[in-house]
Amino acid sequence: MEKSLKWKFILIVVILVITCFYLAPSVFTMPSWWTSTFPSEKVSLGLDLQGGMHLLLEVETEKALSNTIDRMIGELKDVLLKERIPFDRIERVQNDTLLIEILNPEEYKDKFTKLLEEQFPILEKQSVDEKEKVVTYTLGLSLKEKQYLQTFAVDKGLETIRNRVDEFGVAEPIIQKQSEDRILIQLPGIKDPKRAIDIISRTALLEFKIVNDENDLNKALKGEMPFDSEILYSKLEDKKTGEMTKTPYLLKKSTLLTGEHLTTAGVRFDQFNRPYVTLAFDSIGGKIFERITGENIKKRLAIILDNNVYSAPVIKDRIGGGGAIIEGNFTSETARDLAIVLRAGSLPAPVRILEQRTVGPSLGQDSIREGLTSTLVGGIAVVAFMAVYYLLSGVLANAALLLNILIILAALAAFRATLSLPGIAGIVLTIGMAVDANVLILERIREEIRAGKTPRAAIDAGYSRAMSAIIDSNLTTIISALFLFQFGTGPIKGFAVTLTIGLTASLFTAIVCTRVVYDYVLSKWRVKKLSI
Amino acid sequence: MELIKPNINFDFVGKIKWALTFSLSLFALSVLSLLLKGGPRYGLDFIGGTVVQVKFANQVDIGEVRAAVDNLTIEGISVQEFGEKDANEYLISMKTTSEELEGISDKIRAVLEQKFGAKSLEIRRVEMVGPKVGKDLRQKGMLAVIFSLIGMLIYIWYRFELRFGLGAIFCLVHDVVITLGVFSILNKPVDLIIVAALLTIVGYDINDTIIVCDRIRENMKKMTQKSLREVINTSINQTLSRTIITSGTVVIVLIALFFLGGEVLHDFSFCLLIGVFFGTFSSIYVATPLVIYWEKFFPKKKRR
Repeated sequence: MEKSLKWKFILIVVILVITCFYLAPSVFTMPSWWTSTFPSEKVSLGLDLQGGMHLLLEVETEKALSNTIDRMIGELKDVLLKERIPFDRIERVQNDTLLIEILNPEEYKDKFTKLLEEQFPILEKQSVDEKEKVVTYTLGLSLKEKQYLQTFAVDKGLETIRNRVDEFGVAEPIIQKQSEDRILIQLPGIKDPKRAIDIISRTALLEFKIVNDENDLNKALKGEMPFDSEILYSKLEDKKTGEMTKTPYLLKKSTLLTGEHLTTAGVRFDQFNRPYVTLAFDSIGGKIFERITGENIKKRLAIILDNNVYSAPVIKDRIGGGGAIIEGNFTSETARDLAIVLRAGSLPAPVRILEQRTVGPSLGQDSIREGLTSTLVGGIAVVAFMAVYYLLSGVLANAALLLNILIILAALAAFRATLSLPGIAGIVLTIGMAVDANVLILERIREEIRAGKTPRAAIDAGYSRAMSAIIDSNLTTIISALFLFQFGTGPIKGFAVTLTIGLTASLFTAIVCTRVVYDYVLSKWRVKKLSI
Repeated sequence: MELIKPNINFDFVGKIKWALTFSLSLFALSVLSLLLKGGPRYGLDFIGGTVVQVKFANQVDIGEVRAAVDNLTIEGISVQEFGEKDANEYLISMKTTSEELEGISDKIRAVLEQKFGAKSLEIRRVEMVGPKVGKDLRQKGMLAVIFSLIGMLIYIWYRFELRFGLGAIFCLVHDVVITLGVFSILNKPVDLIIVAALLTIVGYDINDTIIVCDRIRENMKKMTQKSLREVINTSINQTLSRTIITSGTVVIVLIALFFLGGEVLHDFSFCLLIGVFFGTFSSIYVATPLVIYWEKFFPKKKRR
């Protein structure tokens, strides 16, 4: 064997071994010694083929800003009262700005400015409007703080959603940041999409507030709202008719405790076998809870989740030990889901669903089955044609084609890329172009034979003349595939991946592999007539 | 076995005027249809909306499904049969998304289950795309396609000559517009899968054109005594066997996909069939005339 031929032969064997190595886990169940030492990724199928849910969420980061401003307003009020600085109006004017009016500016302006600098460094003075008796400040969040809050809202949201999905129990979920404020979630094989969406997209902000029984609820409903109170509703759904009944509650505005101090949440059943959710606080939360209950005996404590009042039991006594329960009209499933969500924590900002795609498992199976049969039938027809038309040379081309497809699948497993319908489209185009490369070479060899060349010379000339056309056409397509990969989204990307891998492999199989076989055969035997 | 006789010498270049007339009138027809309908009919991916695909176990008439969902009073809701006849599978589509109407797909499931019973139906697919994402997908898809076309043009320009590059790109535009035109005339929606198919056509087409141009490039060096017309005609004839065989094998695969690939691959393979047909035609009759006409207006000094 010639030296260069030997090296090519070794290269082909190495690539073949690597291909089998990556492909094996997809075909066989591998023993444990293999999975623990070697890569054992299977070729993973896209959601359109295996069924599942694709969700694209947008985090409403403006809400994270306005929440912060609301909190600042509460803190400012407390501090101003404590420092005895007289103020009039204080309110949020935009998502990220607030307005405050300080009275008697000559006396208090400097004191207020100093206080702002010391205790509220994240607020920046945007404008100051000074009149004789009152000075109006417009305070806004600094740019740095805004960016921090927005990134935090998305990152923390991502982490929280990941925890929730983990607790819900989905095999191989994909949860990742898509752009600045978007989160992509892919849950393969999910059976109950509605429930999954409920768990994922719930904000789950748990708050404890005291019910205002000193003022009249009906007057407040008509518009005479006490300055420190607000109205929230409890919503009860009748399970038979699906009708919603809303009950209003007049609550003190200030939040006494949030879910931030929860350590865990679980589901229990009462003596009537009705489920309820138990909460356990950490030591700080437990102390706060003990203080609240101690100070408000005989009053009602409302437990609020996402601005829905769940229950408002009367506090009978100081409650120590750091635990509480939420009662509501739960089924065991909704109680379990609520516990999952509370354990994973609340989202720092609400999320909105931008895109949802769900493919049922039966449709996925049908797609795979139909996709496979049709590709197989088409493939076999092409293979048969090649063998009939080009005889042994056609069989050789078919072998190269098979190797090409195996390399694509192995590369998909190795790069952990998913195979989806557009990916199959990419493979179909690859097969077309790989067949074409072989046809080009074979037609050229035939031409050279007709021109009277010996088999050896015809093969040399055929390969070298067909080469430029093959390389040019494959490279142009690879260039366009690279651009598509860079700029495309979802399906277009999937298409570009299989196409790039396939064409690179096709250059190798069509030009190198088949040539080695011809060269080997010609060096071993005296061939007078090519089977072509 | 041989399908095309080796010494074939069909006068392709002589028929250029006829071919161009055919080609241009199809092109014009496509553009006309696209203009009249205000661009292609974008599918769910690009305009946003909701689609629910439902399959019934028993015989259910389309009128019954329509009556059931009409109770929801959703604007522009439509029901159409999906898949084979008597498959009892329907597509319920609407422009509204859950962003505006909470849990729209659950409501549809609820009314259907109420009317037909929970066991007798299966929700096989729900797709909801918000208008914002639709716009995003449209823009990104377009950018990807434009950049990849520019990339190809530059490569062909570098490897061949500008006139070949322009001819090839013109070919692509020709095929993509005609394919889009056929979709527009048949009122089929264009979604991401169809964009993938159009990209496949582009890839196939550029391949086809390059093979012919490569032979022309090679023969221009060999046949210096012949005119450009003759060189081109010989080149097309020499590659004819390969053109027919490759297109034939691709068409075999596509026909298999079209008839056996199920509903999802149906439009996809249909799009490719049109594209491959016109792609093969255009690499002979659109790219080469452009090279010939270019030569007429900007003749090279060393050639006659």
